[in-house]
Amino acid sequence: MTKRVEDKPILSRYALFTGCTVPVRALNYELSARRVAERLGVEFEEIPDFACCGYPIKSVNRYAYLLMAARNLSLAEERGLSLCTLCSACCGALTEANHEIQEDEKLRDRINTDLLDSVGRRYDGRVTVTHFTRILEKEVGRERIAAEIRADLSSLRVAPHYGCHYTKPSTIYHHVEDPEDPKSLDELIRATGAISLSYEDRLQCCGGGVLAIDEQVALAMAQRKLEHIRAVKADALVLICPFCNVMYESNQKKIEKTFQTEYKLPVLFYPQLLGLALGLEPEELGLRMNRIKPNELLKKVVRRSP
Amino acid sequence: MIDSKRLDPRFKELIASEPGGEHIKRCFACGTCTAGCPVREVTDRYNPRKIIRMALLGLKKEVLSSPFIWLCSSCYTCHERCPQNVKIPELMNAMKNIAVREGYLPPPMKTQLDLLARCGRLLEVTDFENEKRQEVGLPPLVGKTEDVKKIFEKLGIGRDETS
Repeated sequence: MTKRVEDKPILSRYALFTGCTVPVRALNYELSARRVAERLGVEFEEIPDFACCGYPIKSVNRYAYLLMAARNLSLAEERGLSLCTLCSACCGALTEANHEIQEDEKLRDRINTDLLDSVGRRYDGRVTVTHFTRILEKEVGRERIAAEIRADLSSLRVAPHYGCHYTKPSTIYHHVEDPEDPKSLDELIRATGAISLSYEDRLQCCGGGVLAIDEQVALAMAQRKLEHIRAVKADALVLICPFCNVMYESNQKKIEKTFQTEYKLPVLFYPQLLGLALGLEPEELGLRMNRIKPNELLKKVVRRSP
Repeated sequence: MIDSKRLDPRFKELIASEPGGEHIKRCFACGTCTAGCPVREVTDRYNPRKIIRMALLGLKKEVLSSPFIWLCSSCYTCHERCPQNVKIPELMNAMKNIAVREGYLPPPMKTQLDLLARCGRLLEVTDFENEKRQEVGLPPLVGKTEDVKKIFEKLGIGRDETS
């Protein structure tokens, strides 16, 4: 899986942090991300002992969240690797904890005392955390992607969903882009040749954060976006976070039933779209695992002869 | 009607001393948070400006026992826009942490805690999941995740809140 394609130099090497949702509920995301990474010279290493990032426990006990995050970060640090996440919530949680640990010496000492005492580990703050999409944008870059394109996606109209934790809070991400007007995912979509659509309330939250607490509220939040995307006649919604996917894809049928309507809107993870443009087979990208079958969309992908 | 005798003036100090709640007293109730809140757009049960006002007034029990503090989706829209940098999602989180210590742990959060303590992850990985992963050519998940339980034990999590 992580073996590099011989004629492609390794651009960068990361420990792949898949989190809780991706490796169980979004195998298509993990699969497509790994395939795309392989093609574009990003190498992943496995750290089997990674656990939950810590985010889910933040609301119960913030310090426990910091310890869980620090434990994961220490596993990467031990191997001299930086972290690549697929989930935006993992990315936000690990980045936030990392900053606090790096900047607050007293907190770092307290965390290390407790980490050493409970699990025999310590973390010195030497790891960086980056979302896979950000690696595609900043390290691989649109030029390299353009050079690898093997299919014509120019008749595909897709609606990007940035999600919240990819750009916010902007302070933990050193204001990498304007959270009120992000452009990176639109640009990455255009790099595949597809059309990136603008639509009403495009930055709206998926509602995933309240799904466990109040399902009806979460579904109502997701429904609003599905309405806005239907209005611009998109072939698919493209996203970069497994929890946003839970809301828009896994729960789409439930939303349709609750609100007495029909969307049948395919939802793709960005690496699936990119993989299609790179000429990878739909099977390799896990597209058969997508719940809302993207068959119509696949018909619009024109493969170029090699 | 608010009964002033029931107000706890120390509540805001308690929140301000909790990590994430430090900036509560900066709020001047402009309502920018509520105006841009995606949760507020679909339900009037969540209103960050109102919750902060209640907390500042000292309506401790009303705030901590209410499900509304748990309705923040942590989208950080208000965090970006607040002119006073109150860091509202972090403030809500601080109030949730206090609420848990005071005995108000929502059942779904208890379920999540139990899962994390037992599996180290929110979703359990059994042979079934690993077979599915193997079928599509993904490496199995075999890591030791009992460290999460050890961290919980060290901090006493699960002893009080989830009993």
